[in-house]
Amino acid sequence: MPDSPAPGPSISRDELAHLATLARIDLSDAELDHLAPQLSVILESVASISGVADDDIPPTSHALPLTNVFRADVVVPGLTVEEALSGAPEQEEQRFKVPRILGDEQ
Amino acid sequence: MTGGTSTTAAGLAEELAAGAVTSVEVTQRHLDRIAEVDDRLHSFLHVDAEGALEQAAASDARRANGEALSPLDGIPIAVKDVLATKGLPTTCGSRILEGWVPPYDATVVARLREAGLPILGKTNMDEFAMGSSTEHSAYGPTRNPWDLDRIPGGSGGGSAAAVAAYEAPLAIGTDTGGSIRQPAAVTGSVGVKPTYGGVSRYGLVSLANSLDQAGPVTRTVLDAALLHTVIGGHDPRDSTSIDAPLPDLVGATQRGAEGDLSGVRIGVVKELGGEGYQDGVLARFQESVDLMVAAGAELVEVSCPHFVHALATYYLILPAEASSNLARFDAMRYGLRVTPEGDPSAEDVMRATREAGFGDEVKRRIILGTYALSSGYYDAYYGKAQKVRTLITRDFQQAFEHADVLLSPTAPTTAFKLGEKVDDPLAMYLNDLATIPANLSGVPGISVPSGLADEDGLPAGVQILAPAMADDRVYLVGAALEAILLDKWGGPLLDQARGLDELDHRTGTTA
Repeated sequence: MPDSPAPGPSISRDELAHLATLARIDLSDAELDHLAPQLSVILESVASISGVADDDIPPTSHALPLTNVFRADVVVPGLTVEEALSGAPEQEEQRFKVPRILGDEQ
Repeated sequence: MTGGTSTTAAGLAEELAAGAVTSVEVTQRHLDRIAEVDDRLHSFLHVDAEGALEQAAASDARRANGEALSPLDGIPIAVKDVLATKGLPTTCGSRILEGWVPPYDATVVARLREAGLPILGKTNMDEFAMGSSTEHSAYGPTRNPWDLDRIPGGSGGGSAAAVAAYEAPLAIGTDTGGSIRQPAAVTGSVGVKPTYGGVSRYGLVSLANSLDQAGPVTRTVLDAALLHTVIGGHDPRDSTSIDAPLPDLVGATQRGAEGDLSGVRIGVVKELGGEGYQDGVLARFQESVDLMVAAGAELVEVSCPHFVHALATYYLILPAEASSNLARFDAMRYGLRVTPEGDPSAEDVMRATREAGFGDEVKRRIILGTYALSSGYYDAYYGKAQKVRTLITRDFQQAFEHADVLLSPTAPTTAFKLGEKVDDPLAMYLNDLATIPANLSGVPGISVPSGLADEDGLPAGVQILAPAMADDRVYLVGAALEAILLDKWGGPLLDQARGLDELDHRTGTTA
């Protein structure tokens, strides 16, 4: 990604492939061809807001003003191990079984 | 006939209380109706006949002992497939969750069970609630009961079609940018998006967590108020839940149903109408406004100049939140896992799974969100969108100084044909033009049927918005408009739905 915002609001095929990697989604060649122009059209449309708000306008991250929410530290029943693992693609010894995390080069 | 499928929930509640009908009878009739029509409508992704009848029998036993849990005890309901239901599949309309059975209930679902409502099943939706037509469901679209070749709206098209086609008296929807209100408008039903935080999001699979809100999908305003009262209120499991009592929604509805709007200032939002809106939709809207003025309302025109930027703001904020929320679908703890050949790493598995498990629209939005949150683009897109969000909220605040409620058409058009916009994302996004501002600012809104557009004979809706926490106002004004229009039409708009005649001769029509 470049350091400063690029003025041209479009997503090239290569850029899309890079974003897909960041988002952990494999995209086929056909999908890259199909999605890149669609995303550029959407981006062009949403880029229209760039000049709307002055710099001194505070951002809103949430619909209603929120402050930290606290509650009493009360013990309540949670999921059993069986329940927690009930949707796991693979499990072993009461744990989620996952593929290797590191690559050969790591 | 008592306990018929066209009886409202309020009507069924009276009949159950009077002992004129049992919950098992009511539930069975709705299951029969589903069996009869749903192969053509496809409102449901999963029907739980056995569970619903068991819950109905338990309700009848409670009632026989004088121990009804709520006014709606024994009245069956359909639940959008984006809410976790213990023991019932929850797919969010996505392949990535095919076959997932949650080990817990969403708070909304838990409250339905605590109030004694048998759960008929889970309704169809655009994948992860991304869409305005249900065509982005991985399991095929739902059809509009008014015309089976048309969309029922989205993302909650399944819930809206289910109530409009008498498959369920009540349903739950969720609304992130209009997914309760727009389907209500295009199916001639009623839908309410409560104030953000008014209904718990615990167990609601997040699309955009600062915008998502669950609410009632019904055929009448009173039914919506009764259901909202059951599911609403503070939940310690949702840190964004409002810690304050709900207003008296049923009382407001009853007052409104008298049809007197004296002293109510209704504001028509200048920016939500005109270009891009179908003539017949605007004509029905104007007629509703005129009828409200005739009923005593004071009309004011209000301007919300930043609303024209709401759609663009939404399509930066929503993808950004969605790309983060949907990161949880990583093939490790639940859902689909696709393992490529060889000795793949966790990351390889994740990429292959998300490629196979997500549909086009989900991929588009995740990637757009990833872009908007990327270093170098964050300030230009996401940061700017958050500032415009502030300006939209200020527009609302100013407008509500002059008006008690704001009005607009709910959706710019009536139901369009299946397939018409499915591969044209921008055209699809425009359906939510009028509903999105409410989500950005958290204010409550209702859609009530306004009648049929002259050019196509399809239903349109009026949207009524109120300030945050003043949900009772949307019920009061919604009930008044509903009463005035029912009087004018001589009966419910859904009586004119011609697609339903195609489906069949409507079981149990007369009460």
